[in-house]
Amino acid sequence: MAFNGHQRDDDDIIDENETPSKQPRSDKEMPVHFRNEPNSESATTAGRATSDRRTSQSATRHRHDSVKKTRPPFPWFGMDIGGTLVKLVYFEPKDITAEEEQEEVENLKSIRRYLTSNTAYGKTGIRDVHLELQDLTLCGRKGNLHFIRFPTHDLPAFLQMGRDKHFSSLHTTLCATGGGAYKFESDFRMMADLELHKLDELDCLIRGVLYLDSVMSSGPSECYYFENPADPDHCVQKPCTLENPYPLLLVNIGSGVSILAVYSEDNYKRVTGTSLGGGTFLGLCCLLTGCSTFEEALEMASQGESTRVDKLVRDIYGGDYERFGLPGWAVASSFGNMMSKEKRESVSKEDLARATLVTITNNIGSITRMCALNENIETVLFVGNFLRVNTLSMKLLAYAMDYWSKGQLKALFLRHEGYFGAVGALLELLHPS
Amino acid sequence: MAECGRVDSNTSHTMDKSITLPPDEIFRNLENAKRFAIDIGGSLTKLAYYSTVQHKVAKVRSFDHTAKAAGDKLYEISMQEEVTARLHFIKFENAYIETCLDFIKDHLVNTETKVIKATGGGAHKFKELIERKLGLKVDKEDEMTCLIKGCNFVLRNIPHEAFVYAKHADSEFRFQTTNPDIFPYLLVNIGSGVSIVKVESEDKFERIGGSSIGGGTFWGLGALLTKTKRFDELLQLASKGQHASVDMLVKDIYGGSYGYLGLTGDLIASSFGKSATADKEFSKEDMAKSLLHMISNDIGQLACLYAKLHNLSRVYFGGFFIRGHPVTMHTITYSINFFTKGEVQALFLRHEGYLGAIGAFLKGAEEDNPNQYSWGENYAGSSGLMSVSPDMNPMQRARSGTFDMLEMDRLERQLVNLPLLQDPSSYIPDTVDLTEDAPAREYWLYCFEEALDGVVKRAVASQPDMPEAALRAEKFRQKYRHKLQTLRQQPFAYGSLTVRSLLDTREHCLNEFNFPDPYSKIKQRENDIALKYYQKAVKSLDELSWEEKQFALVRGVLAGNVFDWGAKAVSDVLESDPEFGFEEAKRQLEDNSGVDIILGVMPFVRELLSRGTEVVLASNSGPALNDVTNGELQILTERIAAMDPVIEAGLREDRLLLVQSGSSSPCLDLSRLDKVLAMVVRERQTDLVIIEGMGRAIHTNYYAMLSCESLKMAVIKNSWLADRLGGKLFSVVFKYEVPVGKPNKDCGAFSPC
Repeated sequence: MAFNGHQRDDDDIIDENETPSKQPRSDKEMPVHFRNEPNSESATTAGRATSDRRTSQSATRHRHDSVKKTRPPFPWFGMDIGGTLVKLVYFEPKDITAEEEQEEVENLKSIRRYLTSNTAYGKTGIRDVHLELQDLTLCGRKGNLHFIRFPTHDLPAFLQMGRDKHFSSLHTTLCATGGGAYKFESDFRMMADLELHKLDELDCLIRGVLYLDSVMSSGPSECYYFENPADPDHCVQKPCTLENPYPLLLVNIGSGVSILAVYSEDNYKRVTGTSLGGGTFLGLCCLLTGCSTFEEALEMASQGESTRVDKLVRDIYGGDYERFGLPGWAVASSFGNMMSKEKRESVSKEDLARATLVTITNNIGSITRMCALNENIETVLFVGNFLRVNTLSMKLLAYAMDYWSKGQLKALFLRHEGYFGAVGALLELLHPS
Repeated sequence: MAECGRVDSNTSHTMDKSITLPPDEIFRNLENAKRFAIDIGGSLTKLAYYSTVQHKVAKVRSFDHTAKAAGDKLYEISMQEEVTARLHFIKFENAYIETCLDFIKDHLVNTETKVIKATGGGAHKFKELIERKLGLKVDKEDEMTCLIKGCNFVLRNIPHEAFVYAKHADSEFRFQTTNPDIFPYLLVNIGSGVSIVKVESEDKFERIGGSSIGGGTFWGLGALLTKTKRFDELLQLASKGQHASVDMLVKDIYGGSYGYLGLTGDLIASSFGKSATADKEFSKEDMAKSLLHMISNDIGQLACLYAKLHNLSRVYFGGFFIRGHPVTMHTITYSINFFTKGEVQALFLRHEGYLGAIGAFLKGAEEDNPNQYSWGENYAGSSGLMSVSPDMNPMQRARSGTFDMLEMDRLERQLVNLPLLQDPSSYIPDTVDLTEDAPAREYWLYCFEEALDGVVKRAVASQPDMPEAALRAEKFRQKYRHKLQTLRQQPFAYGSLTVRSLLDTREHCLNEFNFPDPYSKIKQRENDIALKYYQKAVKSLDELSWEEKQFALVRGVLAGNVFDWGAKAVSDVLESDPEFGFEEAKRQLEDNSGVDIILGVMPFVRELLSRGTEVVLASNSGPALNDVTNGELQILTERIAAMDPVIEAGLREDRLLLVQSGSSSPCLDLSRLDKVLAMVVRERQTDLVIIEGMGRAIHTNYYAMLSCESLKMAVIKNSWLADRLGGKLFSVVFKYEVPVGKPNKDCGAFSPC
C-alpha cells in the first residue's frame, strides 16, 4: 500500500509500509514534548512577550527524527461538528520541499490550494482569516493553521465536496469531535467513503484551549480580559495569559452551554450545562425579528434597547430595592414589559434582539457565577461561538462576573472562541493520547 | 343574596359575564371584622381580616349536690355562646376589587379599624381607591417580608400544607408530614422575576439570589411569540405543544444519547435551537411548550445551585407562575429532579396564593400576637385546593378562578408534639391515606354519606327546644354533602384525605351550624347509667384473682369501646334497638365490664393507681361524637372519687391527673397536642402510653412509634375495615410495643376514647 500524501519529509525512513493504519500512531515522546513547552515558559519572567511563548524550532530540532517517523500523513484536519456549526482547522505546511512538492499527489495539492486560496467556500463556508496562526510548528512541520466554519446543515455539501475532491483517496484519518461526529458518522462513510475517528468533545475542548494558549504565533495574545468592566467608557480589552490557570471554570457557549471545572490538563468534570445558549439567542431572534443569521441578529441587538423590553427593578420599586441590595437598573423580569399589550406594540425588533441577547448572556453569567461559588473557583474562561464578534455579550459577562461577585471573579476570553474542539481533534491526530 | 358584578375595564381581560361573586358567602363575619390586610397581585386580590365568631358550645356544669336539686342527673348541660377568633382570607380577581370594597364598607360595623396593611405589586395602584372606599389608611408592607411571614405561618399551623407534585402518580399530590422544625428552608418565589430566599428563623431571612427569567418572561415572551395575551391561555397552549419541534435535543446533535456524559438523547441541548431559521413556521403550542421548559429548567437549575451552596434540602416554590398550575408544577419538579438527581424535592404549598396576605395581616396584628397561638384550618369555611386537572370538574375550576377562601380558627390551646414521639418529623398520624387508596376512599366516602341522615337526625334531636334546629340541620346536611362530593372529585382538597379529616370536616360543619355537641344528652344519659354500675363493677373485679382481674380489666376497656356512635355497625344497632347495651357488648366480648369511660377506663385507671402507678388521663378538649370531654371527665371523676377511695386518693395525692388533649376529634394527632399535656408528660417522665379506641388507635396512630412503651387497644367496629385487616367484625386489637432498650414504668398516660 502506498501513501499518496507526503507523509515523510526525510529519507532515513525505516519502513515505508510499516503503518498503513488509519489510526493515529502512538508516540510516547510527543505529549511530553508539548507539555514541556509551558513548563519551560513558566520559568521565564512574568511579563513575557508573545515571542517567548512561540515554539522554538531550534529547541525541537533534536527531536525531529523521532517525530517524523510517527507523523501522520497530510492533510491534517481537526473537525468539530456541533449542533449549529461545523468547525474545521486545517494545517497548511509551509516547509514543503521541492521534492515533496513533486511527490505530493494532485488531490492533496488541490485541497490545500482550495482551502488556502479562498476565504469563503460555497454559500456558507467561511475562513476566519484573522484567526489564522502563522509560522506554527506542529509535529516538526512548520506552517499555518487555518480556521474554517460552516453551518452544520450544510454538511451534505461539504461531504459532496470531499467526494468530488477524492478526499478518501488520501487515506488520512479524519479526527472529529462534537455530537455530529456520532450523528453523521454513517453519512461520512456512505457519502464520502470516509471513516471518522470520533473523539469526546470536552476532552478536545480542553486540549485545544490549553494548546492554543501555550503556542503562539506572531499574532495578538490568545487570552484577554476586560479592564474596568463596570465603566463602559473605560472598559478595554487587555491581553493576559493562562498561567497557573487551575482550577479553572471553562464555560463553552455553543448552541447550548457546558460548564467544566478543570483542575489539570486531564482532570476535569462537567459541572452542569444549560440549554439557554447561542442557539436560544438565535432561535428566539429569528422568531421575534424574522432575521436568519447570527450576524444579523447581533447587528440588530447592537442597535436596540433592552430596557424597553425588560422590566427593571426601578420599574417596580421606583428605584433600588434597598431591602435586598438590588440596584434599580437590574433586570427584575426579562421580557417583563412585554406582558403589556401597549408595550408590546411600542418595541422595535432591535429592542427585542437586544433583550434576547441580554437575557441569555446574563443567565449564563448567573449560572456560571453559582457554579464558581459551588466549586470554589475564581477564574472563569468563556469560550464558544456565541461570543464570536459578540463584544456586547463578553463585556456583559465580564461586568456580571465582577459586579455580582464584588470583584472576586475574573472573566477571561480567548480569541479562537469556538475552534478549540477542532484544534483538540487535530492534536489527537498528531499526538494520540 | 347580594351579588356584585365585575367591573369592566379596558385593561382587564374578559371573562364569562355569568360568573358573579356572592359577597355574603365570601366575606363572612364582617360585622366583627377588624385588622384588615390586602395583597394585590397582578390579577388576584387577597383580602385578610380577623373576626370573632359567636357560636354555641355545650358546657357541662356540676350540680350543686348539697342543694339536692338535680334529681338523678349527674351534671347539667348548657348551651353557651362562646366567642372565638377566626382569620378570614379571601381571594378574588382584581376586576371585582371595587365592588368588593363597597360591600365591605356597607357591612363593616367595627369602627376601631383605622388602617389596612397592604402588600403586593398592585397595592400602590389601588391605594387611592381603597382609602376612598373604606376610609382606611393604607399602610404598605414589604412584599418579601409578608411572603415569608405568611409562609412560616402556614407551615407551622396547617398540617399537610406542603406537597410534592407527581403528575403521573395515582395521586398527583403527596402531602408532607408536618415537621415541627420548619427552618431552614429555601423559598423560590416565581413572580414576574424570581427571588430566592433563605429562611433561617421567624425573623431571619435573606434574599440570596434570583433571576430575571421568571413568570414575566414566560408571559411577555410567550405573548410575543404566540400572540396569546393571557397567562392561563399560554399555559393551556404549552400543555398541548411538542417542544422537540422547536428545541434542539441532544439526539439532534448526537443522533442518540451522549453516553460519555450520561446525557440522554431527549435532553434539551439548546432551547429554541431549531427555530434558528427564517423559513420555517412553528406552532404556537410548540413554542409555548418550549418556552415553558426553558424557563422552568432554568429556574430549577438556579434553585438547585442555591440550595447546594447553602446546603438546604427543603425548597418551596411559589408565585403566580406556580400557583396551582399543574403544568408548571410538573416542569419545575422535573427540573429539580434532574438537576439534583433526586436529592432535593420541589415542594409546593396548598395556600401559596395567600402567603402575602397572611403575612401582611400578621404584620398588622402584632399586638394580638397571632403567632403565640395555634391555629387550625376550618374545613367548613375553606375552599380547599382546587382540582388542577383542566378537564376535571370545570365548574369547580370556574368557581375557584373567581374566588377562593381560607378560614383559620384560633385554637384555645397551643398545640405541640407529644414529647414521646420517636421521630416527630416522620410521624404520620393516619393509618390509611385515602388520597392514595382509591378503594378505601370510595368506601369511606360512601360510609360518611350513608351516615349523614343519622347525624342530621341526631343533631335535631339534641336541640329539642329550638324550633329552627331542623332548618339548621338541613343546612348542615347540604354543606357536608357538598364537601363529600368535592372530596370525591378532589380528595386532596385539604391535604391527604383520611378518616380523621372526614370526621373533622363533619365536626367543623356541625359547629358551623351551631350543633356543637349533638351527643351531649346521650353521653349524659349513658354516664348516669354507668355511674350506677361503677361500684358493682369494681367490687366484682376485686373478687377476681390477680390474673383474671387483669384480663377482665382489659376486656372492660374494650367492651366500653364498643359504645361508639361513630362506628357504623354499632350506631345501626343502637339506633334500631334501644335495649342493646351493656349486656350486648358483654356478649360480643364474652365477658364482663361496663360502658366506656366509667366502667371500662376508670377501673383500669384504678388498678394502675393501686399498683402505685401515676396516671395522666387525657381526654378531648372539645366534643366529638360521644367521646368524653375533659369537662365531663372532671365531673365524672369527682363523682367516682366520692365513692371510690382509690380514685379519691389518686386525685388528692396528685397521682391521677386529668388533662385535656387539645383535640376535638374522634381521632388523635400526636403532633398537635395541648402544650400543657406535653409539659405534664415530660415532667412526670411518662414511660407508658395507652391509646384506646378505633379513632385513636386504628384510624390514627396504629403505626405510631413512641420512644417509650405503648399499648394500643381497640375493637374493630367496622366490617369493611375488619375485612381489610384480615379479621372479623368486633375483633380486638391489643398492640403492646416496647422501643429498643427501654425498661421500667412508673407513670402511665392514658388517652381514652
